[in-house]
Order: sequence, then structure tokens, then C-alpha cells
Amino acid sequence: MGTLIEEIFSHKAGRPVQAGEILLLDVDYIMSHDNTTPLAIKAFREIGKPIRDKNRIVLHLDHAYPAPNVLAAENHKKIIEFVDEQGLPNFFHQGVCHQVMIEEGFITPGAIVIGADSHSNTYGALGAFGAGLGSTEIAVAWVTGKCWFKVPETILIELTGKAQHGVYAKDVMIYIAGKLGMDGATYRSVEFGGEYIRSLPMNERIVFPNMSTEIGAKCGLIEADSVTINYLASQTPAKGPFEAFGPVNPRYEKVIEIDASKIAPQVACHPDVDNVKPLEEVAGLVVNEVYIGTCTNARYEDIEIVANMLKGKKVHPLTRVIVTPASQRIYKKAMQNGLIEILMDAGCTVTGTGCGACIGRHGGILAAGECALTTMNRNFIGRMGSPLSEVYLASPATAAATALTGKITDPREYLKNL
Amino acid sequence: MGKAWTFGENLNTDEIIPGRFNITIDLLELAKNVFCEIKPEYAKNVKPGDVIVGGQNFGCGSSREHAPIAIKGSQAKCIIAPSFARIFFRNAINIGLPILECPEAVADIKEGDDVDVNLSTGEIFNRANGHQYQARPLPNFVLKIADAGGIVNFLKEHDIQDLMS
Repeated sequence: MGTLIEEIFSHKAGRPVQAGEILLLDVDYIMSHDNTTPLAIKAFREIGKPIRDKNRIVLHLDHAYPAPNVLAAENHKKIIEFVDEQGLPNFFHQGVCHQVMIEEGFITPGAIVIGADSHSNTYGALGAFGAGLGSTEIAVAWVTGKCWFKVPETILIELTGKAQHGVYAKDVMIYIAGKLGMDGATYRSVEFGGEYIRSLPMNERIVFPNMSTEIGAKCGLIEADSVTINYLASQTPAKGPFEAFGPVNPRYEKVIEIDASKIAPQVACHPDVDNVKPLEEVAGLVVNEVYIGTCTNARYEDIEIVANMLKGKKVHPLTRVIVTPASQRIYKKAMQNGLIEILMDAGCTVTGTGCGACIGRHGGILAAGECALTTMNRNFIGRMGSPLSEVYLASPATAAATALTGKITDPREYLKNL
Repeated sequence: MGKAWTFGENLNTDEIIPGRFNITIDLLELAKNVFCEIKPEYAKNVKPGDVIVGGQNFGCGSSREHAPIAIKGSQAKCIIAPSFARIFFRNAINIGLPILECPEAVADIKEGDDVDVNLSTGEIFNRANGHQYQARPLPNFVLKIADAGGIVNFLKEHDIQDLMS
């Protein structure tokens, strides 16, 4: 009996648990990447105990990959040597960690997955508990197989209605971030429910738990349903049967109802993700770069929207338009279906997969005074490079419309004939 | 006794240490650039025992442990804030950087005040105005980690199950 997070934790603990309790739980998978693994290796050596179950460890190279400088290369070398030394079977450099975790079938309903990355919340899109934590705790989980959790209170965001044409999950989530603020859900589990959420395909659902991080949430969860099960069975190697977890007579700390049909395209403006405005209020702002990438919005369907809007057109000559598919699998499918060619013909630069530009490492860094519109989830000062640059967050469709005009542009005009 | 360095609300991990500096895990190297954009004078002038006084949701943003490590490397004694972002809270505890939740102290302490902090009792004394504040007690298992100087040291001596006993 309880909220979705209470149900997931109760199942794992083998007894009913409630918000407020502290638990020490077995974790199913322990994820880290090239930014956070070196510190985990250091802590692991200091602890001086062996790895408990190497099958539960998943390592990625994605944050600065391929290495843009010697220090990043040294990090990669250190990680690869560790993988070899410990004989770790789950090692990837196939794209952004969260996307690859889902594609490779590590994320299933009810699973407990911790990641040394704040957007590990993403896994909640499949009804799993995903939460970010630091490198030292990753090392602790490597040697103990366990992690401590405080069972959080839950905020239910009930989304009703059908989104307007040209309004995507990203617009709705940015709207939510604006409403709740950056600390609106601190320490909380956020359940995203309602007919709007249930109507969404998996690629759109992922946006909500992914950006639950931006409102301070411990985790963001969507109850697994037939969409989840079909996705897992058809798109991933995950083996069923999958258990369905849902809230049972839940007691929510707060319920927030939002009518998705009333939301227009939104933009999270420099310098905070909760500095949210309807697109029309910032339309016309000149941008130097449009970046379509990251764990939030660089899935196949996102790239397809962009390609459809740019087909047969040219991006603005003074605007750098960079497309970074979230994974090799997505990249390959986009290539096979001709999307990459469309993007290139339109004047986009299509890069290898990874997180580079989103953390100001490589592949699209901004100069002082520059401004970018991107499909990312975060727009802190200096996030994409110079502390004197600005980052605006929006949907892939808004990014495509903006790419064509070189200034923030409502995508709905351009979507009319598609 | 240490000098108070004050910061605003929702201080994020990029403001603590921008992503471009996280290519090293060296404590002192990271400390050189801590708060470099929002308080560039900090890294040069901070003294061992100084105290960080932050606003609510301190340390929001990335899971990067580089953020609390950079602060620890700067030899600040502790952080006092009304509340901490979730991952930052865990990370600070895990690496042995003391953090105290005390809204009253934060509301009253000004930049440069001389502040005494008793970490084991949570008592905070402001020599600048003679005011004393009491931080919220930390949960028992968190104290065990803090007392050991971090989770790594704790695990050298204990089984993880001992946290819950």
C-alpha cells in the first residue's frame, strides 16, 4: 500500500515501507561514466575490498568522448584499465549513458538503479527507481551491492488533456519546472500520471523523469503500462516477464493538476531552468547556435521531427546547428532512414554521440556573448562554455524552427504542412 | 574560529566548480577554482577553519562530487545552509565534509563574521554579534559516517550493515 516509490521500495525490502524510513537496499545496477568513474576507482582502492558482483556494474564513456584533450584521455585510459583489470562485462562507449542504459535493457519496472550522474532519474520513465549520487557511493555499491535510501514523500503531477499540435513533452516539462521551481520537489519522488502521460510513447515519457532532476526531485516515476512493456519487448534485450508496479491507495504529500491542452510551446530562459516563458515572449531573440542533443531530447523521434522540418530547407547561414544523436543505435537508424543526409543537406553538423556540448567540454562550446537554443535539460551559467554565454532550453521542434531563422521561433507555423 | 563566506540560494554545482575544471580529481587542484566565477576572491583568501554559509537548496544541479571535494580542498571547516540539494548532501557526508542545516544561523550571519562551530553538538556561535544558533541534528547513521570521516573510512572498519544497527 502506498505511492509508486513506496511500492517499489517495499518490494525490494520484502516488507511494507513508508515515506520517512531509512533503508539499506540491494541495487540492481550501478552506473557511472567517464566524468565520475575515476573518483569511484579512487574510493574503491581506498576501501580496499573486492567488487561484490561485477555483472551489476555498468560503465560508460560519454561525457568527453572521444577524448577532446589529454586529461580526458587519461581518464578514459584509467577506466579502460580498470575494466580490463576487474573483468567488467558491461562497458559501453555507444552514446549518452542514460539512453544506452535503457537501450541495453538494464532498466526494467521495479529495478533499483543508481548512477553517478544527476540525470539517472531518467530510468523512472520505465517504472524503475533511478537516482543520481556521487562517485564515492558508487564505489561503496561496487563493494557492498547496497545503498542507503530515505523513502521520500511523493508529489503527484496529474497531467490531463491532449497537447496542442507543435507542443511536446519538453514544453510541458519546462512548464512544470517554471511552476514548481528549482527546489519545488527537493528530496521528493515525483509521480507523473494522468491521461496525457499514459498517451505518450516512450521517447516522450523519458523527458519527464529526466528533468525531474531540475526541480530537485530524488526520482521521477511513471507507472509501467503496456507502452512500457511493448517498448521493452520490442526495443531492448531486457527479458520479461516484467512486474507491474503501481501506486496502491497512495497518500500524496501534494497533488498538482495540469491541463496539458492549455500549454503552448515554452522556453526555459537564461540563466535558470525555472526562468520559464511562453515561447512567444522570447520569439525573435537571435541565437548563435542551435544544439539538438543530450539525454533529454536526442532520440530517434526527436531527430525525425527536426529532419522533417528541415527537409529541403537551409538553416540560417550565421547559425551553427549541431545535432548529436543520443546513441550509436539512434545515429545508425537515422542514417539508414535518410535523416542524417537531410540534416547535412540543410547545413547541420552531425557529430558523434555523447554529452560533450551539454557540459561545455567539446562539440559546440559557446564564446562570450553568444547565445544557444538547445534541447538540453539544464542552462546554468557557463554550462556550454563561456560564463558570459546564454543557454535557452526548448523542444526539438522549436530548435528546428530556430535553426531555420537564426532566432527563437515558434515551430507551429513550420509544422502545419507536415 | 573562522571567517564566514556567504552565498545565495540555489547555489549550483557549476557555480561551485564549473564543469570544465572537473577533468582532475585532485583536491587541491580543484580547490584553486572553487567558486571562481561567483566569488573569485574566495580561493585566494580562504583560511583553514573558515565557514561557508549558503542559502536554501545549496549544491543543486550535477551529481559531481568535485563540488564538495573542491570545498573540502579549500580547507573550509563546514557548510551551514537552511537546506542542501539531495545529491550534494549525500556527497558531502560521504566524503567527510561536515554540513549543518540551520536557517537561523544563515539568516543572521554576515560575510566576514567570525564564527565558531562545534560539529559534534551542532552549536554555532557568531562572535561578531554574540548570537548562538543550534543546527538540526543529523540522523544517527549520517553521524556514524561523519564521525568516521566519510564512508570510505567507515567501510574500512565496518560492514555496511553496521550503518543501520
